[in-house]
Order: sequence, then C-alpha cells, then structure tokens
Amino acid sequence: MDRLLDVRQLKTAQLGPLDLAVQPGELVQVTGASGAGKSLLLRALADLDPSTGEVMLNGEARDAMLPVQWRRRVAYVSAETAWWGERVDEHLPADFSREAALHLLKQVALPEASLGWEVERLSSGEKQRLGLVRALLNRPRVLLLDEPTANLDLENTKRIERAVRAYLAEEEAAALWVSHDTLQRQRLGGRILTIRDGQLEANAWT
Amino acid sequence: MDLISLSALDLTLAALLVVALAGLTIWARMGLGRSLLIAGARTVIQLLLIGLVLQTLFDHAHLGWVALMALVMVSIAGYEVMARQQRRFAGLWGYGIGAVTMFVSAFAVTVLALTTMVGPSPWWEPQYAIPLLGMLLGNTMTGIALGLDRLTQTVWRERRTIEARLALGSGWSEAVATMRREAARSGLMPTINAMAAAGIVSLPGMMTGQILAGAPPVEAVKYQILIMFLITAGTGFGTLGAVWFASRRLFDTRERLRLDRLKPGRHT
Repeated sequence: MDRLLDVRQLKTAQLGPLDLAVQPGELVQVTGASGAGKSLLLRALADLDPSTGEVMLNGEARDAMLPVQWRRRVAYVSAETAWWGERVDEHLPADFSREAALHLLKQVALPEASLGWEVERLSSGEKQRLGLVRALLNRPRVLLLDEPTANLDLENTKRIERAVRAYLAEEEAAALWVSHDTLQRQRLGGRILTIRDGQLEANAWT
Repeated sequence: MDLISLSALDLTLAALLVVALAGLTIWARMGLGRSLLIAGARTVIQLLLIGLVLQTLFDHAHLGWVALMALVMVSIAGYEVMARQQRRFAGLWGYGIGAVTMFVSAFAVTVLALTTMVGPSPWWEPQYAIPLLGMLLGNTMTGIALGLDRLTQTVWRERRTIEARLALGSGWSEAVATMRREAARSGLMPTINAMAAAGIVSLPGMMTGQILAGAPPVEAVKYQILIMFLITAGTGFGTLGAVWFASRRLFDTRERLRLDRLKPGRHT
C-alpha cells in the first residue's frame, strides 16, 4: 500500500521513539490523556520542535526539503489561531488562488467578503474556520489538527469536520486529528492512535 | 585654556547636597537614602580611580596600554549589556552577541574617527582615543541592551504568532520581522531623540565640559556634532547587528523557534 506519511523512529525529548504510517485520504485520530504528548507529536511532525528519526512525505525525506516547503505540505493547525495583521486577507499565502479560497469558504459557510473582515471583530467560530481555510490554501498533503474545534459550538464544529472531510477526499490528503470529545470521535471514525507517556499505545498500522 | 581647578572643599560642598537629599529621603522613609549614599560613594571612588588610571595612561602613552584599556572597557560593557537582559541567551551567547557586536561597531567607528577625522598623532593618542571610545561604548551599550531586551521579550510574548506563521510556511526572517523592527526602533530611539533635542532641550555633556574647560563654543560644538554622528553610527550599526544575530539565533537551521536557547525570565 502506498504511504503518504511515513514515520520511523521519531524521537524528541519527551516523545517516542515511535513509528507510524498514514495513507492518502485517511483521517487518523490521536487520543490520550492530557500531557501524554499528542500536541508534541503533531509539532514534531510539522518540524516545529526538534526531533530525530525519519519522516517521509510521499517518499521524500523531511530533512531533504526546506523547512518552509515542509510546513506548507504538512500543515499544523492549533486550537487557538494566531492573527497578526488587521484584516483576514493579510494572513493568506501571497500566491493564493481566489477560486480555491471561494471554494473553501463555501465549505465552512463563510461569504467571500469575510476575507476583508477585520480580525478584531471575528468570533471564535469565525477565527477557527478562517484559520482552517488559511492553512488549506497552501494545499497541504497532511493536516495536523490540534483540537481545531475546542471551544466551538456544535454547528461550527460540524462545519469544520465537514470541510476537513471534503478536503481530504478532494485532494487525497491525510489528517491527524487530536480530539477530546467522545461524540466527535464517533462522528470522525477511522483509525485511532492512543498515546501514553510519549509512546504509541495501540498502533493499528498495517 | 583657563581651567579653574576645583578644590576638595568645592567637591565636599557638592557632596553635602547629595547627603542632604539622602537625609530627606531617610526622614520621609522613602527607602532611597542607602542607595543614594552608596551610589554617591561609588561615583567618588570609581571616578578617582579612573582619573588615576587615565593620568598614568597619558603619562606612559603606548599602543599596548591603550589597547588593554580599550579591551577592559569593552568586556565590562559586554557584561553590562548581558546583565540588563530579562531573558538572555543561555551560555556564551548571552555575553557574546552583545559584546561582539559592540566590539565591532564601537571599535570600528572609533578607529575610523581617529584615523580620518580627528587625526591625532599617533592616531591612538590616549587623550583622544579613550574618551572617544568611552562615549561610543556607553551609547552603543545602551542601544544594544535595549534592542536585545525588546527582541527577546516580544518574541517570547508573541511566540504563538511566530509559530503560527512558521506553520503556515513563512521563513524565520518573515515570521520575526515585526519584532525585529520593533527591537531596532527601541534601540535607536534614544540616540535619535538625543540628536533631535541637542542644543535645544539639552546641552550635551561633552560640549558643556569643553566649554567649562575654556574651549571656544564653536569648537566645542563642532566636536559635539562629530561625536553625535559617531555615536549614532556606532549605536545604529551595533544595534542592528545585535538584533539581527540574536533573531537568527532564536531559530535553528530547520527554522524552528528555539526559546529553549533563552534563560528563563527574571522578575525584577
């Protein structure tokens, strides 16, 4: 079977060594007690924290790729999105396609005009949805979702779930999704990776 | 030059003013009396000592001695820069970034000024070299300390934003650009303000000193202009260099934000 993301002997100060493989189009759930290392795993995969071991995307080694390229393809989205400019469109990739943006906005139920909205006035639901759109505009191959729906109401949560599902299907991309919500876990389905003390507990990898 | 020499009595009278101030703050329980007296005593001892050192240096002018003096001044200034950081780099970097950039910029500007502008003979004539280097170091030190302190503080505070930008595919330089700009600004602002206010709001100390020593005001002014430009250049290049190197050091070769390279913040 072809592997989109292939991780061998990944190790950081608090994590691993662990192996893991993800197929194209797959959504893998990452669970575990708080402090077990779920976020650390995602951060290591996004190359935001130093780690050793082999991480390959489509057979290409992480260390052979520029960090900037790697992070566009393996995108980390955190529970709380950060904004530095005044308007939403200041936070989009310089070369984003308008068409793609409109398509993604539609999936998270936001109007085209939202790109010109002031960040100050965004609700937390809007921030989270626009944060996802912003990350997807880089057309990542792997999404690392670190509780992307924490603190959101059910309606916004479901919008984000649908948008991610649609993106994975359209782009043959994969996602690792950290969630604490049991109902959400049932909705999302798929393989579940449990982390305990920085180790994979039940790795169902084939 | 008709310099009026100050007697011990003159200095004692001036010291009495500080003692009176200390007395007042002690009486009002402001908790400043002790600090005032200790700082006053340090002024007397330190300046008398440096006076002796300079006198000896002037009497035995030799490039080696001047260089040694300059080196001691830079090392102390480097330590001062480090001591003023709330979050400084761990290990040698904490001292190195400030000391090296200060050394390069203050030394380069001093040597350039001595050889091409002031032109004493020999060019390292201690009467010119030491005060010039001292003024440059004093200002460069402040600029670099302010710049570095601001940089590490804002990067620490904005770490989530920086990592979000990295995660979205920005390079380290772009991710930290705003903080770097802010740090350079805060390092350079005092110097820019000093240039803008010179002669109107304040009479710069060096010029005042020369006039008191009997130099014609126009000559003193020319020296002051030269010094101000040198200080601005030294502070500016030093601060920009220090801020750039420090911001680079905050990221590793894989462009990851490495706040673990900073020591934990001190609460002062």
